[in-house]
Amino acid sequence: MSAVLNLQGVSVQFGPHLALHGIHLQMHAGERVALVGANGSGKSTLLRVAHGLLKVSGGQASVGPEVNQAMVFQRPHMLRTTVLRFVVWGLWLQGTPWRAAHERAMQALERVGLQDMAERSARTLSGGQQQRLALARAWSLQPNFVLLDEPTSSLDPHAKREVERLLAEWVAASNVSLLFSSHNLGQVKRLATRVVYLEAGRVLADLPVDEFFNRPLADSHPEAHLFLKGELG
Amino acid sequence: MTTLTDTATAALQLLTELDPLLWSIVGRSLWVSVLATALACSLGVVLGAWLGVARFAGRDVWLTVLNTLLALPSVVVGLLIYLLLSRTGPLGHLGWLFSLKAMVLAQAVLVLPVVTALTRQCVEDAERNHGEQLQSLGAKSWLRSVLLAWDERYALLTVLIAAFGRAISEVGAVMVVGGNIEGFTRVMTTAIALETSKGDLPLALALGLVLMSVVLLLNVCISALRRWRQRIDGAGIEPVQGVLA
Repeated sequence: MSAVLNLQGVSVQFGPHLALHGIHLQMHAGERVALVGANGSGKSTLLRVAHGLLKVSGGQASVGPEVNQAMVFQRPHMLRTTVLRFVVWGLWLQGTPWRAAHERAMQALERVGLQDMAERSARTLSGGQQQRLALARAWSLQPNFVLLDEPTSSLDPHAKREVERLLAEWVAASNVSLLFSSHNLGQVKRLATRVVYLEAGRVLADLPVDEFFNRPLADSHPEAHLFLKGELG
Repeated sequence: MTTLTDTATAALQLLTELDPLLWSIVGRSLWVSVLATALACSLGVVLGAWLGVARFAGRDVWLTVLNTLLALPSVVVGLLIYLLLSRTGPLGHLGWLFSLKAMVLAQAVLVLPVVTALTRQCVEDAERNHGEQLQSLGAKSWLRSVLLAWDERYALLTVLIAAFGRAISEVGAVMVVGGNIEGFTRVMTTAIALETSKGDLPLALALGLVLMSVVLLLNVCISALRRWRQRIDGAGIEPVQGVLA
């Protein structure tokens, strides 16, 4: 299997603060990796490094030659434009001609159920609709590697289920690789094939999802064990 | 009290009788300030948008200089433009001194830092909100600055109106480079200063009333713009944000 992401001893420093310490992480095509850990553990920083938004202070970060990435942020900021154009802009920025971008954008909106709102101002959408729109934009780019930074954490339960359903459909319909951060362990169980536990910028556990949740971790990965104990109660 | 009442009555008479001298001064003022604002905005919006997104060594120094220029006294701008355009100055060959062109240039220079600084702030705030997402779609800094300036177009219209307000209400720069020549370079502010010193208070007051009306109109425009923008964007309707996971 070809590697979609390869992080070799990656460190990221913000002033005196070391946000990531020598991270080693390799992802293969079709893998769905969940990043878990407390706030400030480095999940978002790792996602930004993987997407090329942050430069590394040490080590090497690379993606596979055939990789086409798209990222969905925790709270998508809506441009002052219509729902349709929000998607069109994304396609146009990636080099799709304006007219062709409209057709693909409409298909993407239909996929997330926002086609009837195409001409509405994107800023008038609810939080859940905005996140579905962000997914539509990501989907329209036809990526094979999608990064999601806590995609449902700011949504109400109904919107959360809706976004998760769309993600599950996406995964089922294609061999897309996912790298996502989440505080929702139920969601991690449902979507991920592998779990990476981060603490203070270090990877302290990197296990298949079944092992992470079902294997006793107290001896092998005590920090992850404590995290799970705290989160699951 | 009688003087004030008489002056106000005479001023209103000048306004209602469409006194040609008064309205020629008003027209000239508006023309000079509109041109100066257009000139300053065309350069200032581009520069400000770029400064809002670009990160380079020494940027903080440039921003400090820019913010200092916000407090630039108009007479100092007038003096600098005077020195540039005077017969022995580097631009003396243009022959612009004591002309409307010189006044437009002086007001544009005066307003440029205002447009640049406000645009920079506006675009930088937008960059903080949208920049990463646009970057994620492959937009480099120059393209982000254009897109973000476009996205903030309604806020930039407010900047434009503020800049026009600053231009039309200044007196020092146009007085120095225009010379306040009757029928040629006399504008509202310089005419008010002159007519007051001459004791022709009705004309000065009438011009003052027009100037105030222009400023009032600008404020009405800003309010209308804000309301229109809120209606279009549904501002005030915050996206529904639910319970955290």
